[in-house]
Amino acid sequence: MASNILYFIVFLGILVALAVPLGSYMASVFTGKRTFLSFIIRPLESGFYWICRVDESEEMSWKQYSLAFLLFNAVGFMVLFLLQIVQGRLPLNPMGFGAVRWDTALNTAISFVTNTNWQAYGGETTMSYFTQMAGLTVQNFVSAAVGIAVALPLIRAFTSKLRNTIGNFWVDMTRSVLYVLLPLSIILAVLLVSQGVVQTFNPYVKAQTLDSHGQTPVNRIAQSAERPNEYSPHGGREGKAGYPLAGGALFAEGATPIRGQAQAPVTEQVIAVGPAASQIAIKQLGSNGGGFFNANSAHPFENPTPLSNFLEMLAILLIPAALPFTFGVMVNNRRQGWAIFAAMMILFLVGLGAAFWAEWQGNPILAQSGLGNGTNMEGKEIRFGIGSSVLWGQVTTAVANGSVNAMHDSMMPLTGLVFMFNMAIGEVIFGGVGVGLIGMIMYAILTIFLAGLMIGRTPEFLGKKLEAREMIMAVIAVIAPAIASLIFSGIAVAIPTGLSSLNNPGPHGLSEILYAFFSYAGNNGSAFAGLNANTVFYNLTGGFVMLVGRFLTILPALAIAGSLAMKKSVPSSSATFPTASPLFTVLLIGVVLIVGALTFFPALILGPFLEHLLLCSGRTF
Amino acid sequence: MEKTTAKFWQSALIKTSIKGSFLRLDPRLLWHNPVMFVVEMVSIITTVISVSNLIYGGPFLFNAHITVWLWFTVLFANFAEALAEGRGKAQAETLRRAQSEAYAKRLTPDGRTETIPALSLRKDDMIVVDDNDPIPGDGEITEGVALVDESAVTGESAPVIREAKGDRTGVTGGTRVLSGHIVVRITANPGETFLDHMISMVESAKRQKTPNERALEILLVGLTVLFIVVVGTLAPFAAYASVKITLPVLIALLVCLIPTTIGGLLPAIGIAGMDRLIQRNVIALSGRAVEAAGDVNIVLLDKTGTITLGNRMATDFFAASGVKDEELIRAALLASLADETPEGRSIVALAKSRLDIHGRDIKPSSEARFVPFTPELRMSGISLDGREIRKGASDAVAKFVKESGGIMHESVSMAVDRVGREGGTPLVVADSGRALGVVYLKDVLKEGIKERLNQLRLLGIRSIMITGDNPLTAAAIAAEAGIDDFVAQARPEEKLKLIRKYQAEGNLVAMIGDGTNDAPALAQADVAVAMNAGTQASREAANMVDLDSNPTKLLDIVEIGKQILMTRGALTTFSVANDVAKYFAIIPAIFVPFFPVLGILNIMRLATPQSAILSAIIFNAIIIPLLIPLSLKGIKYRPMTAMALLGRNLVIYGIGGLILPFIGIKLIDLAIVFFRFS
Amino acid sequence: MKELVRSLLVLIAMSLLTGALYPLVVTGLAKAGFPRQAQGSLLMTGDTIIGSAIVGQNFSSLRYFRGRPSAIEKSYDAGNSGGSNFGPSNAKFLEEVGGRVETVRKDNGLERTASVPADLVLASASGLDPHISVEAATIQVKRVAKARGVPEPDVQVLVERFIEMPLFGFLGEKRINVLRLNLALDNIASQVNQSLTKGDEKR
Repeated sequence: MASNILYFIVFLGILVALAVPLGSYMASVFTGKRTFLSFIIRPLESGFYWICRVDESEEMSWKQYSLAFLLFNAVGFMVLFLLQIVQGRLPLNPMGFGAVRWDTALNTAISFVTNTNWQAYGGETTMSYFTQMAGLTVQNFVSAAVGIAVALPLIRAFTSKLRNTIGNFWVDMTRSVLYVLLPLSIILAVLLVSQGVVQTFNPYVKAQTLDSHGQTPVNRIAQSAERPNEYSPHGGREGKAGYPLAGGALFAEGATPIRGQAQAPVTEQVIAVGPAASQIAIKQLGSNGGGFFNANSAHPFENPTPLSNFLEMLAILLIPAALPFTFGVMVNNRRQGWAIFAAMMILFLVGLGAAFWAEWQGNPILAQSGLGNGTNMEGKEIRFGIGSSVLWGQVTTAVANGSVNAMHDSMMPLTGLVFMFNMAIGEVIFGGVGVGLIGMIMYAILTIFLAGLMIGRTPEFLGKKLEAREMIMAVIAVIAPAIASLIFSGIAVAIPTGLSSLNNPGPHGLSEILYAFFSYAGNNGSAFAGLNANTVFYNLTGGFVMLVGRFLTILPALAIAGSLAMKKSVPSSSATFPTASPLFTVLLIGVVLIVGALTFFPALILGPFLEHLLLCSGRTF
Repeated sequence: MEKTTAKFWQSALIKTSIKGSFLRLDPRLLWHNPVMFVVEMVSIITTVISVSNLIYGGPFLFNAHITVWLWFTVLFANFAEALAEGRGKAQAETLRRAQSEAYAKRLTPDGRTETIPALSLRKDDMIVVDDNDPIPGDGEITEGVALVDESAVTGESAPVIREAKGDRTGVTGGTRVLSGHIVVRITANPGETFLDHMISMVESAKRQKTPNERALEILLVGLTVLFIVVVGTLAPFAAYASVKITLPVLIALLVCLIPTTIGGLLPAIGIAGMDRLIQRNVIALSGRAVEAAGDVNIVLLDKTGTITLGNRMATDFFAASGVKDEELIRAALLASLADETPEGRSIVALAKSRLDIHGRDIKPSSEARFVPFTPELRMSGISLDGREIRKGASDAVAKFVKESGGIMHESVSMAVDRVGREGGTPLVVADSGRALGVVYLKDVLKEGIKERLNQLRLLGIRSIMITGDNPLTAAAIAAEAGIDDFVAQARPEEKLKLIRKYQAEGNLVAMIGDGTNDAPALAQADVAVAMNAGTQASREAANMVDLDSNPTKLLDIVEIGKQILMTRGALTTFSVANDVAKYFAIIPAIFVPFFPVLGILNIMRLATPQSAILSAIIFNAIIIPLLIPLSLKGIKYRPMTAMALLGRNLVIYGIGGLILPFIGIKLIDLAIVFFRFS
Repeated sequence: MKELVRSLLVLIAMSLLTGALYPLVVTGLAKAGFPRQAQGSLLMTGDTIIGSAIVGQNFSSLRYFRGRPSAIEKSYDAGNSGGSNFGPSNAKFLEEVGGRVETVRKDNGLERTASVPADLVLASASGLDPHISVEAATIQVKRVAKARGVPEPDVQVLVERFIEMPLFGFLGEKRINVLRLNLALDNIASQVNQSLTKGDEKR
């Protein structure tokens, strides 16, 4: 316990120590100032613009900016979709995978373009190296870069006066990749390889195992037709109709295995490898989270040591935590950056505390079965234990990352509740790179609107008046993802097609569906992976909700940027609400919590909360 | 002022308001209030369900209870709006009555007059108003002078002078000429007069929503849509848990969650704000301007009439060396005898008290000749017994002295400088070639102006004084009054430049003006208050008219503008905070029968599921009438910094809004159990 | 149209940069700096790959320390990975765990009410967890020693030698790598001092 808390403190301390300078660095990059990397990257950048026919000095209106953003995503989507369909005929496919099913390919294309990286498939059993690299890794970079880029007009709008342009999409996006994501990814990838993350183009390895005596019931979990394998924790497990019984290895209670008398001896172990480190580095840094392997960051090749675990968590939070500081520097009000950062950090800590407490309690029914104090190690790795697994869960759901180092489906109900809440409120506790800041600014607009009214003024944020247009856009950005996730969860629990994907009955089943749609809507991508989401229903509805979650937050934000940039800046006085103040931070937290609580109270009560109460009273399903 | 204030609970008003609340059930009227429109639609659904229960069986009594309270929710909200509108209209109506009964004497092109009803007057008609005639419409005097009783409009009993030419040409419909004969050019069609403007500002159907109101309404609509989805999806979630929820219960939950409190009171708050303006004799020509008043951060104030009484008063005499004080005072007195300006009279008064003579026992001899003030000479005085006594600006008098063959003594110039330094106006008195000394004229601050300017500063509003005085004088007065900044030696047309400059810096500028040459500046200012007594041009350029012609009224306007916004913000916060308690009432009520473990959510320990749901819906309904007085009066406002104000409102309406419904719902539940309603 | 062309150009350029150049650069750096790790930290005896040092293997024989239950279809087959995704209130899951607890007690000669280390009966997240807790190893010492006919203290010493401590005292949990422990066990048992693959010294 004490060492866990020490861990949390050290982790967050290092995070802040890195985020502040990174925030300033990014501010320099995005305002076109020279940085210590310019001498090498600047020529590359110029060359890039030359090749792509981008005029660096061109300024775009918010509509042009949105158009460029939408077209780039559309093109990215088409390419990624086609890559999956024709991967069988493409190179770098040592395992000879065929075309990905159309609905899976569609879902995956949307998922990676929207920075969700929900995976309805299992990586090592579906995608060729070529698809992983040319399709998925590329989108890992560009969807993250797009996320950072679209936050910039909103930031700049606060300092520009009476302008109808908000910047250049191509420049913002290119700089995000070249100056921020690429250098950090290379450093992280190499660090990860040093810890044991694989990076190779060799085919899967075959090993002669030590124990040639096959499986025993102890190591073997009963398999049945209702519970297929291939549970992808990032995204739902893949379903195969009529999955065959697993070699008759059904668990027989009380049976003691007799030495040397097991079923068909397994003496060979296939070990999946691949160019994982390069993808994992960007998947963490860019809030992507889509794993190279099915088990995601629980896989020993993705996350081999406690140190790699520490580094990856840091990588997940780094850019989202630095962006509020970038905001502060770019609007010439560092305290404002801190005020927003503080709101995010406090929400983060509250969630972490609650989740850690809930998980630490253990499972009372397991305790009765003779497991010490019921420590819930189901779906967790020994090298991470309870503390790092909960911290990762909190990090990955607060940031719209979605990679996991433990199976969230198997966590205690209230832990799951915290994780769901993090996603449901729209991924604003740090949130996805760029879009998390956008989301928090949308909440800030609502907060300032109410606060402004209460002090008797037309609300203004950093000197810009917030009027009807801003309200429409902020309200859309805040409620559209929530509405989409609730409506489709409601449909999923009401129809047999939706329910047939469940892995767990009872309230936990509701949690699985809610978690999935909150994850889609928040562009998170993590899952209560028991849910078999690789069905036409979930692939299509999920794809739609991911689009809503992405575009109905970004487009309103760009519209707000457009209208704010055109406004005059009102000088502040003692009568204006100081938004760079602790009171603002407290209010912002209050608004996020109240809006979230009021919206998701009934659903979360019926799902995780009810499961918790019933579990405590000894009821199982 | 008292008589124009409609009594809060006037029975006639209540009656019409109750009638109005039913008339407003018309969906076409309710459409403009989306939150209440939703409540009405679901009320219709529960009504149908209840009726079918009655026919086909079902939990009729419970559903009927819900239905009744849902309808009450709508009616209460309608009542609030009707009441606010009724009060505003009542005030306007008393003024309008005077107008509608009036007749007008219109000048025909051939010079005769004809009598027509005031309401058939048209713009640019010329009318004649004589002694004791009511003025039939708003207009501008083109000929003549009159003493006008404006008490019907302003509540001010002292009559005022209105005359053609100059800055006091405007007359308002509903006032009365006490004496005088004037020709008035009508400037507005009946129906477009200020009174009509005023009435349309409080009439909900015609009222234009202000920008902030629209923004807030967007938020409310957003919340409503969100809660429709939340409640709508609760049904399948519950069905998954094998819990069936009846439609009326879902509807009850929906109505409890959507922001009915603020939604119901929102129109009333806006209308009541206008009512309050009217009570203070300010007519706003747009709601936008009233709201903008709350945002103003620069106020341009004319020195004269706003900061100072407008009349400089003689406060001292400084004799030149070698001149006796008495000689100076006597000369000053003589020079001012015929001077009917306030300054002149104040010199006479001071001189008399210094010389210890009372009454009008000083009479100049008959051959005395008064020299009136002319802009060319910039002196006035008297010539008698061969003496040429003059008083005036120092340079003008110096010239006169020189021409008369004398010189200004050095001590006079020193006295002039000294008075100027202190912010006073020096008047030099000379007798032919001798400069006798200086009269110290001083601007006297209006009572209470300092405190009000202080309040402005607390509101974050900078006050800028505009004066034609020299910088020295201006600085002295600014310091004395506590003005933030001043512009000295300003000509009227510079106001426009000044406003543009401040606006370019992002400021919202308010100004008060009355002169014709103020019109461009008024048109440019964000909040422009014209004096009712001012010229027609200024009134047309402004977006508010102060019937009292009291320049410090601007502060009241700012206050009301802020109060409207604050009331909206506070009630929105209150409304949303209320939802927490309602969840804790209704969610356990729905689910505890199926999952007793959820009983821990019933933290209010409400008696039964039915009583819990009813308590919540009843609380939700009656909180609206309980808050009507607050929304009509506006929440309490004191000038303080934004932080303090926000903190205070958050505690009262945020924290209070969280806690109060827990208590209220529990009490209603106790009452329900006690009376066995369910 | 102009933007559409740009979109395509930018995507192509980005694909080359981040989809080809970047992984190749990382692969090159990995090969230069950490060739063993980049290949999967493979363990060899002679030319035979016997597994990866950081991927768990299936041990069912009584002679070996057993790892955690694996939820992969073919237990510990690292061609795939994943957890059980059972929720904490899933009756089937709880029943299965109850059965595993019984088995562990029976196999290791524990009392019927003895408490069992949670990790030994609960499936890992990856299905490839290479580690078990120290407690989980300790309760297997007696059984392994008996099955191999070696003295219990020898096995106990070996277990203690293979405890990996948290980095800096707080990064990670105390744990034992099952494959490494079992490899060492085989080395003792056969009295053949086969040295472990290079780089596989105890940490």
